[in-house]
Amino acid sequence: MRVGVLSLQGGYAAHSALLAGIGHEPVDVRTASALAGVDGLVLPGGESSTMLKLIGFSDLHDPLDAFVRAGRPVLATCAGLILAARRVTGPEQASFGWLDVDVARNAWGRQIESFEASADEGGLPLVFIRAPRLTRVGPGVTAVAHYEGEVVAVRQGPIVGASFHPELAGDATLHRLAFGDPGAP
Amino acid sequence: MEKSTFKVKVGLAEMLKGGVIMDVVNVEQARIAEDAGAAAVMALERVPAQIRKDGGVARASDPEMIQAIQAAVNIPVMAKCRIGHFMEARILEALEVDFIDESEVLTPADEDFHIDKGAFKTPFVCGCTNLGEALRRIGEGAAMLRTKGEAGTGNIVEGVRHLRQLRSEIRKITQMGHEELMTEAKRLAAPYHLVEQIAETGRLPVPNFAAGGIASPADAALCMALGAEAVFVGSGIFLSADPAKRARAVVEGTTYWEDPARLAKVSTGLGAAMAGLEMATLGDADRMAKRGW
Repeated sequence: MRVGVLSLQGGYAAHSALLAGIGHEPVDVRTASALAGVDGLVLPGGESSTMLKLIGFSDLHDPLDAFVRAGRPVLATCAGLILAARRVTGPEQASFGWLDVDVARNAWGRQIESFEASADEGGLPLVFIRAPRLTRVGPGVTAVAHYEGEVVAVRQGPIVGASFHPELAGDATLHRLAFGDPGAP
Repeated sequence: MEKSTFKVKVGLAEMLKGGVIMDVVNVEQARIAEDAGAAAVMALERVPAQIRKDGGVARASDPEMIQAIQAAVNIPVMAKCRIGHFMEARILEALEVDFIDESEVLTPADEDFHIDKGAFKTPFVCGCTNLGEALRRIGEGAAMLRTKGEAGTGNIVEGVRHLRQLRSEIRKITQMGHEELMTEAKRLAAPYHLVEQIAETGRLPVPNFAAGGIASPADAALCMALGAEAVFVGSGIFLSADPAKRARAVVEGTTYWEDPARLAKVSTGLGAAMAGLEMATLGDADRMAKRGW
């Protein structure tokens, strides 16, 4: 699948490498015309406020909104999850509201509190960098992974969201969940 | 749960890619930087051009100003300590800054030893002018590098030199046979396992950003085109005529470095850039890039 990676700022490079590694074709998306040429989209980690500004500077808000609302597969990690959420706190910030969840920004603390762990389900490696926390998960949203009983990854139809960084752990479980498994390239 | 692993340290550097890290000296500038789309800010008392002008010993900043900036913005906050001054670094770690820059912009505290950065929980960024210096800093535990350029000059020529030097030295290693790598490690005065790693991957094991002399969106785009993965802008923004406008333009220039039409648009009507310095007017003692080894 041609999977766009929103490459305005943040962890786009690691996502692209991981997608290529499982046989998808990653495409940097910085413009509406690049977005028009892809079938799925990764919203990577990074600074969500910076990304929101660049989305505004580049008139990408409406094309992104139309792309996701058309039901295409999406993987939103960390800052991407913040963009996709219904409501954002810590502080309040605009978001697209595609995923029926609420998140609190930087809710684990500053960088010195960033950590690695494994999901309660076993196996799935979790890397949290100045990560957000899911403070509400809507009724139509399925929990995909937990850490110490707390939901850290979710799925709502074609949209998969995670508060951690699977791309930094080199784990493609969520990429396969969102975009399928084309087999090794 | 494991905190402060190397993966977590490099992870934050990964999240800053494609972004601009701006030097700010007060809360007002930090807010301007965040509003313009900075991915992080560097809190310091004087920008490099001012340090150059004032002379004297430049030290780590007053914790009060760093904390005020941490309270004012939500993006990561970095701060600088002197080369080798591990006690300033411990103070910055106690303040929970997100990254510590062991920086040649401040007056070095130790002419023989850089900080043992692996011993800290907070990630470090260090300057480099060539591959050997880059790999020595990674060997000491740096999670991010930045080419030094020549800070506080508004002149990109040294930054370009350092980016090209790094790229060229990495390329050479990827062409070498395995038997040549030990001799190359000796020539570079770099850890052998890191030289081997570069031969295999063709890239540095941590992100490398550009710093020193970036004063325009075109400068930022040039650095990106030469392989920098993000840029630091020190004096270039807040010593220009219209900092808010220039800050946003540098952010856009960094993201859209591959699009000359977009660069032309964001470069339009920015007002005066910082005055800048010609390298020939600087003696060896004025060259910050020569600090550290």
